[in-house]
Amino acid sequence: MDAFSLTALRCRELLASREVSATELVRLYLDQIAALDPQVGAYLLVTQEEALRRAAAVDAKRPAERKPWEGVPIALKDVLCTEGVETTCGSKILKGYVPPYDATAVAKLREAGLIFLGKLNMDEFAMGSSTENSGYQLTRNPWDLERVPGGSSGGSAACVAAAEAPWALGTDTGGSIRQPASLCGVVGLKPTYGAVSRYGLVAFASSLDQIGPLTRDVKDAAALLDLIAGRDPMDSTSLGLPQPIAIPRATDLVGKRFGIIGEFMGDACEAGVREVFNDAVAHIHALGGVCEEVSLPSVAKGIAAYYIIAPAEASSNLARFDGVRYGHRTAGTENLFEMYLRSRSEGFGPEVKRRIMIGTYVLSAGYYEAYYGQAQRTRTLIIEDFQRAFARFDYLISPTSPTVAFTIGERTEDPLAMYLSDLCTIPVNLAGLPAISLPAGLSRGLPVGLQLIGPHFSEQGLLEAAHALEQRLAFRALPPIVEVIR
Amino acid sequence: MISREEVEHVARLARLRFEEHEFERLARELSKILDYVQQLGELDLSGVEPTAHAVAVKNVFRPDEARPCLAQDQAVAGGPAVERGQFVVPRIG
Repeated sequence: MDAFSLTALRCRELLASREVSATELVRLYLDQIAALDPQVGAYLLVTQEEALRRAAAVDAKRPAERKPWEGVPIALKDVLCTEGVETTCGSKILKGYVPPYDATAVAKLREAGLIFLGKLNMDEFAMGSSTENSGYQLTRNPWDLERVPGGSSGGSAACVAAAEAPWALGTDTGGSIRQPASLCGVVGLKPTYGAVSRYGLVAFASSLDQIGPLTRDVKDAAALLDLIAGRDPMDSTSLGLPQPIAIPRATDLVGKRFGIIGEFMGDACEAGVREVFNDAVAHIHALGGVCEEVSLPSVAKGIAAYYIIAPAEASSNLARFDGVRYGHRTAGTENLFEMYLRSRSEGFGPEVKRRIMIGTYVLSAGYYEAYYGQAQRTRTLIIEDFQRAFARFDYLISPTSPTVAFTIGERTEDPLAMYLSDLCTIPVNLAGLPAISLPAGLSRGLPVGLQLIGPHFSEQGLLEAAHALEQRLAFRALPPIVEVIR
Repeated sequence: MISREEVEHVARLARLRFEEHEFERLARELSKILDYVQQLGELDLSGVEPTAHAVAVKNVFRPDEARPCLAQDQAVAGGPAVERGQFVVPRIG
């Protein structure tokens, strides 16, 4: 059995028909992790024994007693709280932290009988676009081990691309699911803000964060979204989705109107990405869809608004890491203030400190209106631009990332250059919209993702359109790391 | 360019301490980022309402009833110093 050819839906079918046991399936992925992860570095923690124990329990049940997804493995970004299993957010300040509860999304998967393989690497507190800000290790792109997997859900994207799990959960605050999915050649879906509960997701920017799937195809993304979505009393901003998500079956795009966001097609977008994108546009036409360019002038200010709003929220959210209730505390300090200073300064990495500093600055007395107030008003303009566009178009499209995967170290010296990686994804979070990235082709042997954006709560339609396009694009290339296995 | 004094002030507000050699780099990086976000000044934002949440929900109520929750020993289990179910910290002053 070849993990590279398996989707989660296929795993479910194989379990249902008893062609494989849950134990065989878990072992397949553990073998894949043992063979590839020393090079890829996707996992911070592999919960091997617990996974095998759970698999044996599933195998002991009669098929009629099993739930539909019972026994299918999954891996989790380490920003999601897992009861009894270390959760670090990629930060030294949370080294050794063992949550006493599951995040709601995790609890739902546990309840559905999925088996957790382990916790995945990420930029510290999800702040970054390359996973190089992890406090623990580098994760490498399975398509080229000298390149980054993107971020902040770089561990999740690399894990799925290397078939070290059939699917994974990530989180997306400014592109952190879609950009790594794009750079690693997998599917990534950011749901509408509020579709999935944020309870137990360690907060970065609360008005932007959403949990979502990283998968090998669009059907799996639909299935995983359906498993985790729902209103939750533990998150009063959660709304769930209007209906359960069905597995998408659409095969054409007849009558669908797609707006190409002109502001994302400028000089920042490299030629190879543009080429793959233009091919995808031709495929949309071939499927009966209509594509036209549309201008959303305010989205060009998205990054500027985001780098006020997200650090402002982060500086407030990360105040809780004070060496009192969890995580790292510096020993032998004289008083409480000194303990706060030293514990936080030792525990946080440079990018997290930088963002706490920006956030504290823009929220400090005298600056609030000039920065935060202006950013929130810009956010309104961006939302209105999207609303106007959705009056004319069913979906908006763009490249997910203006470039293919960049080399390790290439952007670490210049924080601003790193921030610009998220040009096409950030405005979507500011407007709370759902968006999916799907692999559209290769440029210089590296994957290029296509982003489809829909109106609030349009996930079913978005997945149908993505599925029709996915069938037509027929992206079947595998990362070179597949040779290690074969 | 934001001054070293401003960086020190903000660091104190944020409960962060930096080494002597870090201040200059930090002032430079923060200035660059703050310069970049200044471009919002090019927009006409007069009369535009601020948005805090893109998908706004209002008045989320629930019955005021006791529900099961973590026990005290579970809730404090992650603390670096705990005594009789309570967090221990160094003296305040």
